Amino acid sequence: MAHFDFNQQGLDGLKMMSMIRQFESRMPILSEEGLIRGSTHPSVGMEAVATGVSLALGPQDSIASNHRGHAHCLARGADPARTMAEILGRRDGYGGGKGGSMHIGVSELGILGTNGIVGAGIGLATGAALAAQIQGTDAVSVVYFGDGASNQGVMSEAFNLAAIWQLPVVFVCENNHYAQSAPIEKMIAQPDLKQRGLAYGVPSVDVDGMSLGETYTAAAEGVERARQGRGPSFIIADTYRYLGHMAGDTEIYRKKDEVEQWKAKDPIARLAAELLDAGVLTMPDWEEIQIEAVRIVQEAEEFARNSAFPDPAEATQDVYKKEVPA
Amino acid sequence: MNTKTLTTWRALNSALTDILRDTPEAFIMGEDITSWGTGGGIHGVTRKLAKEFGAERVRDTPISEEVLISAAVGAAMRGSRPILEIMYSDFSFLGFDGIINQAAKSRYMFGGQFDCPLVIRTNGGSGVGKAGQHSQSLETLFAHIPGLEVAVPGTPADAYGLLRTAVKSDNPTIFLEHKNTYYDKGELDFRPVPFGQARIAREGTDVTVVATQQLLTRSLVAAERLQAEHGVSAEVIDPRTLYPFDMETVLTSVRKTRHLVVAHEAVRDYGWGAEVASTVVEQAWAELDAPPVRLGGARTPIPYSEPLENAVIPGVDQVFDALREVRKAGKL
Ligand SMILES: Cc1ncc(C[n+]2csc(CCOP(=O)(O)OP(=O)(O)O)c2C)c(N)n1
Repeated sequence: MAHFDFNQQGLDGLKMMSMIRQFESRMPILSEEGLIRGSTHPSVGMEAVATGVSLALGPQDSIASNHRGHAHCLARGADPARTMAEILGRRDGYGGGKGGSMHIGVSELGILGTNGIVGAGIGLATGAALAAQIQGTDAVSVVYFGDGASNQGVMSEAFNLAAIWQLPVVFVCENNHYAQSAPIEKMIAQPDLKQRGLAYGVPSVDVDGMSLGETYTAAAEGVERARQGRGPSFIIADTYRYLGHMAGDTEIYRKKDEVEQWKAKDPIARLAAELLDAGVLTMPDWEEIQIEAVRIVQEAEEFARNSAFPDPAEATQDVYKKEVPA
Repeated sequence: MNTKTLTTWRALNSALTDILRDTPEAFIMGEDITSWGTGGGIHGVTRKLAKEFGAERVRDTPISEEVLISAAVGAAMRGSRPILEIMYSDFSFLGFDGIINQAAKSRYMFGGQFDCPLVIRTNGGSGVGKAGQHSQSLETLFAHIPGLEVAVPGTPADAYGLLRTAVKSDNPTIFLEHKNTYYDKGELDFRPVPFGQARIAREGTDVTVVATQQLLTRSLVAAERLQAEHGVSAEVIDPRTLYPFDMETVLTSVRKTRHLVVAHEAVRDYGWGAEVASTVVEQAWAELDAPPVRLGGARTPIPYSEPLENAVIPGVDQVFDALREVRKAGKL
């Protein structure tokens, strides 16, 4: 059983989660200011999943993400400044402003993109795992997707394919209880999502997605299994998003006190309290971590705001590897 | 006559209300169509419908485009008239088997035994920063498939009128709204608009421009400018449906103006503009004073950043320049 190094990984995780919280909390504000076009989907409240899973990954591994994917990228090591620049459509963004919030890819970190097509990452990660298997590397791939995405046909097909071929992939469902405005109870008749993995021969577990330690442990086990050539696994992380589905959401579909109830289980406050209790963290350290998170995000934002917009001439570049004449 | 000024989304909403009232076989399904935003899907089009008609006929669905599309086909083959909302047309790709291999062929392959009165309502187009997977203009792709009808409403009146016709039609219809026109306002007389009947959106004598949706709006602005600055009079034609396509109206106009520009958001290469230009060349070669000009999206995915998005879709200036150039190229 994978061991969670509470002292070290707990602290690292706390820093990362605090930074992600800060980063994502800026999204509605930047959107309000008109700096973000289209749609952006913050993951405030869900920080433990991305962070816990990332702690279990090595540099050779890859991830595929979804529309709510900033945290997945940041936890994987993406530079907050370049991530922010992409969200603002600037030249210094990872995609030079071509992708925006829903299309952030970072090749050198194995980030196969946040994705605007719900469920699409499931297929991509399955393919990344296939490549690793064929190439004989021990790389593992992870895909993050929501409870809503679990209703896409591609999930069933991917589970079966990964299971018959024993592909090194970890499927991570972030069950935040809503797909846009659709509550999970109305959209999934069998509430025990594990059953879907088990039906295809994919080992499946539930974890408390508000706990960094629990997500890490489950992810580390899945990653280990995959690395040893023992095939896929499926993790269902129970979590919640505090903010609306996207910036500008009226949230008419849920009650305020439900949100408050979940906030009481906050993954960051909870971890900080545990670390303080254990004497691993002092109050001044904890304050310092929070100040540092704000500083990193402020710097990222400044960088992004000051980054130039791309030149319109760049619009036709990178459609093909070698530019073909228009 | 009963007329009213409404936005496109409200026009669609009132079309759906009227359809559900007078067509018992019709029902609506789609993701987040009853509890999102103001209570009616991503653009408000289905607002209050569930309240009036109940959850049997106005259904929230899981995110399962593939089964939704093929199930809509099956329901249509069995006497229902499903109206399926696909949140963005880009997501229809998940159900292309249902659209192309099933719906489009359900009549033909079985020797005409089946009707397939299905409407897929969805939206395409750029202009609001939705980037590569939420902004594509797929009208050409759909228009290419035998068996499908394709409506591309450009005004609130047409949104209302074409939707009424789409639901009545016994063929599968791709009803392609434009996401940047939902708040456009226009006068409605609440009458069905027949498919295959173009509308002359602006009369003119010197050059014909054929355009839909956002490019229709831009063409009308360009036409006014051309008149003001150069005294050139452009006739603007909105085909309203790409299949069936009213080529007669275009040919009649071109025979009068002797110049043609086709402007669309779909990628220019292999786009429907090529089809129009080529037909006009075949049938009215002698009456043209200059080669037809096509304007369309660049051969790129739609980028996110504003200056990039503006660079890949023709704007008013491009339409204006094309109209001027085609006149210059002609004998004047
Ligand atoms: C194929 C497809 N269908 C629909 C959408 C619109 N959409 C974007 S996010 C979303 C909800 C996704 O819910 P879930 O997978 O649970 O993730 P969460 O947003 O809860 O993190 C929907 C319906 C989409 N982007 N792609």
